Amino acid sequence: MKKIVVIGNGITGTTVARHIRKLSENEITIISSESEHFFSRTALMYIYMGHMKYEHTKPYEDFFWKKNRINLVHSEVNKIDFNQKELSLSNGNKIIYDSLVIATGSKSNKFGWPGQDLKGVQGLYSLQDVENMELQTKGIKNAVVVGGGLIGIEMAEMLHSRHIPTTLLVRESQYWNNVLPNEEAEMIGKHILSQGINLKLGVEMKEILGDENSKAKAIITSEGEEISCQFVGLTAGVSPNIQLVKNTELETERGILVNEYLETNIKDVYSAGDCAEFRNPLPDHPKVEQLWYTGRMQAEMLARTICGNRTAYQRGIWFNSAKFFDIEYSTYGMVFNQPRVGEKTFYWEHADGEKCFRIIYNSNEEIIGFNFLGIRFRQTVADSFIRNKIKIKEVINELKSGFFDPEFFESFYLPIKSSFEQYLLTKENQKAEI
Amino acid sequence: MKNTISEQVSMAITNGHEASNYQKSGAFLFSLAILAALVALFGPSGNQVLLFWLIVGCTGGSVIVYNYPILLEHKGIKNNGIMFSGMTSRGILAWITGMVLTGFYIILYWKSEYLAGLIKIMDPLSYLLRNNEADKWFLYGSLYTIAVIFMGIRFIIRNRHSRYQIIRTCSVMFFQLGFAFLIPSFLILMNQPEFYFSYFWPLKYSYLFPNDVKNLVDSPGGLGTFMVFWGLIMTFIATPLLTYKYGKRWYCSFVCGCGGLAETLGDPYRHLSDKSLNAWKFERWSVHLVLVFVVITTALLWINSYSNGAILGEASQGFSKAYGFYIGSIFSGVIGTGFYPIMGARVWCRFGCPMAAILGLFQRFKSKFRITTNGGQCISCGNCSTYCEMGIDVRAYAQKGENIIRASCVGCGICANVCPRGVLKLENLDEKGRFDAYIRPEVQ
Repeated sequence: MKKIVVIGNGITGTTVARHIRKLSENEITIISSESEHFFSRTALMYIYMGHMKYEHTKPYEDFFWKKNRINLVHSEVNKIDFNQKELSLSNGNKIIYDSLVIATGSKSNKFGWPGQDLKGVQGLYSLQDVENMELQTKGIKNAVVVGGGLIGIEMAEMLHSRHIPTTLLVRESQYWNNVLPNEEAEMIGKHILSQGINLKLGVEMKEILGDENSKAKAIITSEGEEISCQFVGLTAGVSPNIQLVKNTELETERGILVNEYLETNIKDVYSAGDCAEFRNPLPDHPKVEQLWYTGRMQAEMLARTICGNRTAYQRGIWFNSAKFFDIEYSTYGMVFNQPRVGEKTFYWEHADGEKCFRIIYNSNEEIIGFNFLGIRFRQTVADSFIRNKIKIKEVINELKSGFFDPEFFESFYLPIKSSFEQYLLTKENQKAEI
Repeated sequence: MKNTISEQVSMAITNGHEASNYQKSGAFLFSLAILAALVALFGPSGNQVLLFWLIVGCTGGSVIVYNYPILLEHKGIKNNGIMFSGMTSRGILAWITGMVLTGFYIILYWKSEYLAGLIKIMDPLSYLLRNNEADKWFLYGSLYTIAVIFMGIRFIIRNRHSRYQIIRTCSVMFFQLGFAFLIPSFLILMNQPEFYFSYFWPLKYSYLFPNDVKNLVDSPGGLGTFMVFWGLIMTFIATPLLTYKYGKRWYCSFVCGCGGLAETLGDPYRHLSDKSLNAWKFERWSVHLVLVFVVITTALLWINSYSNGAILGEASQGFSKAYGFYIGSIFSGVIGTGFYPIMGARVWCRFGCPMAAILGLFQRFKSKFRITTNGGQCISCGNCSTYCEMGIDVRAYAQKGENIIRASCVGCGICANVCPRGVLKLENLDEKGRFDAYIRPEVQ
């Protein structure tokens, strides 16, 4: 029986622990300084918005951990002695391990803006961040959120739910334009504005001004404009949280370096989830994967490896989803903001300007990826189209089997199909003219 | 460290968010309605029509004015602040509401003479519809219908992005107004037996009791006999058939009056249902025990009726009375509705309703209905479980890629509604593969 210690009780850490328990009788301990129990980080915004309380975000009842003989330690790891295989905790205890999993997640990026350490300036990643936000936004008049990504829009939505007038600064010319193609980015931009958020595109923050109590009171933009605000959300991405192992014998770059087995350079030490960085990622795979499901999948594979069945992590077809205020987004396969060389795209937009569908295919007419806004679609169907390299005409014909909106909802099958036929005709006419 | 968020949040709502003018106007109208009801109860009689319209008009007006700002917002999920408002998170307002509702049921069932003033103002409507003076059940039926319609309008305003929710709500409003209010009144007007075509045995347990059956069959004209047939067909043929095709939602979320009230008046409290494993264990015992109770009672009554009381004597009547008192009145009325603001709206449906128990058995073991989980897209946020009025831990299934097939699910569709990642869909597909979970090919 091995002693297995997991640092971090996020989705990755807890999934490793749960699966090790499924596969073995090893002794398992999870250490977290953030919370006593596993909660869903993705739900933090809903706590602030009053949709849920903290206890609703816990995917397992508190008895679960004891019942499954998973020890929970609510403390911070100060130091890891890789030679002695020993952890020193902030509560003074020491813990010995046979195998160690580091799943410490991410931290919010701060790019050295003047004033970034003032009160009322923060990112959004941890439970403590939401607690801080609760305190720092009490009774304030205006807020600014910096960053045009997924957390930025969440923070804007959170503030909006408390009736706090909010400005969202986006460096790109459209919202999330480094990921979304123009049409989608523009659609979301309009939606943000329609919600009453002051969206400023192509604008960066230069500095944050503080008052005499070192609390934020305004920001200055790249255009020199001063925007009064008592809260500044910094949401310019996250990066691996590896403070604990920096400058140790554990090899790191942006994150903790791992191979496809999630093994680090030190024997019996593994890392997975947001904090891990792949030495040799597969094509179209990012070095650091910061998604809920990738953390979960990595963890499942890692549990097998730790329990003696060495298994490489394979993600499979990429997918991701989000919600921008009231518009749901999902993507399957590789859809970039611009089609890559040799790729073509067909785009359909609903007349209401809040739903769209995009398909990317290659010169062999094989499907590469989909984008959906405001339309729900079956992952299994999209996944098998892409996996099996189905041709675009067949995909459009078979699209009907994939829609996942609730019953009685408007059907988008025929509009998309007829729009596609129109698109083919136009293309043929263009060819004929040439 | 523990629960710091909820502690902070429950202390005060940030920004001292003052009531808007719409909210103030809504509160004003609602206060007028309450005052009118008090005058009706305690004041001198007279002016019944004015009081009636004050109560109905001001209540309806207040619901619409209060929710009007939601119409100005973009359509979508409207759960902001639910956990901060005392009314919806077991604050003092919720307790007052719960106690008033509970008290109302107790007075209505056992001391209805104290409601004489309110019953009196229903006379004009009662004469119009039934050519008869109002009684306590007419008052109750009217209030019930008004609640379903006004709160149904509120629900539709808040969920107008979803056709499923709109259609479902219109359906319960229609069945309550037509089948549970107007048609029974019309039957009385025509000197026919009062009958609710939208309630069947075992929920309306007496419909298959010997007494009711005899009275119906003996009533003049053929309608009474048709009613008995209707009841038999609905209970023994339509129920299994429709549940096979659509799940129990065809009844619980589209037809049933108890479900209708829960989905409309009870909607603000849906998240208060207990999601714990213990509650589920309790539910499985209690709901099926009630079913056993009603089956035994019915069987005893028939044995008694055939043997002319020779075998059982008074015992079957005792069973019937006990069922009526403990289950019919206390469980479904006093606790079932009175405790809405404390325990959520589906307490009766979940822990007590014998009809739900039967529908649930079909749904679990012989039905095409399931809530499909969309692959591996669940992010475990917990909105689905939080807003499940039946206390199903939807997330526990969704995060494993499993479909949700539970006896208790009434198919309200709110889990799919609040899911921020489009992970859930209620649908009727082949029975084959219902229980199959999604596993990523890479993980296999």
